[in-house]
Amino acid sequence: MRSWGRVAQPIHLAAGLYWRDEAPELLREGAKNPNGLLAIGLGRSYGDSGLNPDGAAILTTALDRLLAFDPATGVVRAEAGISLAALLEFLVPRGFFLPVTPGSQFVTLGGAVANDVHGKNHHGAGTFGCWVRAIGLRRSDGGAHTLRPGDGDGLFAATIGGLGLTGLIEWVEFLALPVRSAVMNAQTIPFATLAEFFLLSEQSDSAWPYTVSWIDCFAAGGAGRGLFSRADHAPSGRLAAVSPAPRISVPRAAPDFVLGSAVMRGFNRLYYAAGRRAARRAPGVRRVSYRPFFYPLDAIGHWNLLYGKRGFYQYQSVVPAAVAAPATAEMLKQIAIAGEGSFLAVLKTFGPRVSPGLLSFPREGTTLALDFPNRGATTLALLARLDDVVREAGGRLYPAKDARVPAKMFREGYPALETFATHVDPHFSSAFWRRIKA
Amino acid sequence: MTAIRESRRVIMLGAASAVAAATARLYAAEGADLLLVARNAGRMEILAADLALRGAASVKTAVCDFGAVAAEDVFPMFNQFVASLGGVDHVVLAYGVLGEQAEAERDPALADAVFQINFCSPALWCLAAAAVLERQNSGAMVVLGSVAGDRGRRSNYIYGATKSGLATLVQGIAHRLGPRGPRAVIVKPGPIDTPMTQGMTKGGPMWASAESVAAIVRRAAERGGVVVYAPARWRWIMLIIRALPSAIFHRTKL
Repeated sequence: MRSWGRVAQPIHLAAGLYWRDEAPELLREGAKNPNGLLAIGLGRSYGDSGLNPDGAAILTTALDRLLAFDPATGVVRAEAGISLAALLEFLVPRGFFLPVTPGSQFVTLGGAVANDVHGKNHHGAGTFGCWVRAIGLRRSDGGAHTLRPGDGDGLFAATIGGLGLTGLIEWVEFLALPVRSAVMNAQTIPFATLAEFFLLSEQSDSAWPYTVSWIDCFAAGGAGRGLFSRADHAPSGRLAAVSPAPRISVPRAAPDFVLGSAVMRGFNRLYYAAGRRAARRAPGVRRVSYRPFFYPLDAIGHWNLLYGKRGFYQYQSVVPAAVAAPATAEMLKQIAIAGEGSFLAVLKTFGPRVSPGLLSFPREGTTLALDFPNRGATTLALLARLDDVVREAGGRLYPAKDARVPAKMFREGYPALETFATHVDPHFSSAFWRRIKA
Repeated sequence: MTAIRESRRVIMLGAASAVAAATARLYAAEGADLLLVARNAGRMEILAADLALRGAASVKTAVCDFGAVAAEDVFPMFNQFVASLGGVDHVVLAYGVLGEQAEAERDPALADAVFQINFCSPALWCLAAAAVLERQNSGAMVVLGSVAGDRGRRSNYIYGATKSGLATLVQGIAHRLGPRGPRAVIVKPGPIDTPMTQGMTKGGPMWASAESVAAIVRRAAERGGVVVYAPARWRWIMLIIRALPSAIFHRTKL
């Protein structure tokens, strides 16, 4: 079994969970494993938070039934293994959308909660966890708990963003967002410097619910040119779900030249030029389907294979607003000096809404997400230099994307870690957790 | 494909099986009236709620332990199911067990359990469904078989024999129902990623998802031949496997 980053391929003792009535027995069996157990959904976490090497794994994707839906309020309750793609296929024709969505719809509802995922609307809507009204959690002692926001025992706050370590999430109830069409009104604005990005972000975040930027980290000296996109759900249009099936698929791990920096540099240059040309030709707002807007990479099945046999590292940081501009510039500079860079570097401003989870990643500030092909020591050395910038700025990294953060840095970034640890199910574990808690 | 299909009244025998559950979702999305029949009441309630939310016009459930129904009770029970639904358009029969081949070879009680639940029981329900379809001169029954029934092989011939028997029975029913009007279909999937195959190494070109087989089951209920492979390439694979001379076949470890 591998995570999306494909750096490691550890052995698991895996069992499928098809019905909730089987959970107590599976948990009892899994708990006997000295490395404990972990629920695994669609495996889209990049690093090792969704892996439990030499331990037990409960595969949850067959647990995908809808349990309740109220069309008047948009309250949905579903089993945790359902994918966001399946939820959208249900919700969109009924006039609703996910309240918050990450950049892939091929993640499970349970995974969205366990990683307290965020999206392009974080500046207004906060994280997915902000919209969760209840969680059905099964612990390895067999106990079934219904967790709600504000519960005094703290288990809700530990489970939101809790990386699946507080027990098995069996079902989730959340509030869906009413929409009047499946279409997005979107606008793309090229920017030449980081300063322009911060200005655009400031101007856009109050009027546009969705904002995100792609940046070209190969541009001269890490200048920070890129494409700023902002969008809203269109007030009218069809309410039809778009098929989530990928259009093309990468058949096997790509040869190394694909991820050579010349190719990536060329790709970034062309992508920027194409975006700028399109924005000049049609500078206004255009109507696009929700799928290419939210999930552009879902159109390419197994895009992670483009990074070749050795896989890749994701690196997503958030730094506080006060130091966001210099810290982001410094990170881009370090990347430029190293001559590394990624196909898709993403920059976004997080809003002030407090994440509900003890280990939730988002906090007010600026987040930068990068991916780097795994070139071994040189890649790790660059990531360590980026760590220095993030630490200096008082920032932190996203565990869903991490495979290598030093434990000390993680603890500094997450002051609630010790409180969180008291809620971890004694028989649940992951490679990430063993690395961090040590 | 017709743009608007009249909504169907469907009886799902073994409704909690992965293929049946996935097929039921396709019917639900069309606004069908469903009657789910399975052993586990709690699981059926979960399925019923899901299917109702997905658009089924109505979802009824009936608890039935197929292995424990006496032969003389099958026809009256089936007629009762039809009556509770106000008539029937499609019957999907999808229950069965894989069994442990090696253990069943040594223990006749285990072999007998596989024969009972995979052949003796479903054969009677097929006859009950055939009688109703014949009487009303319309409708379709789709029965889940397996490519394992096409040629006995050492790793699963006890299971395979039951599916072979079921296929022959359904072919006979199709013959009896004649070229027009009601239809009987045996769908033969290859290995599917479901609870039945838990513990096997999955993935690769031979494996199908319950959803993809369900789409074939759903289509087979509307049109097509008596024997349907799922996915279709199994027809050609099994043609070759059946044609292999024993002298060669017996050297394989399939």
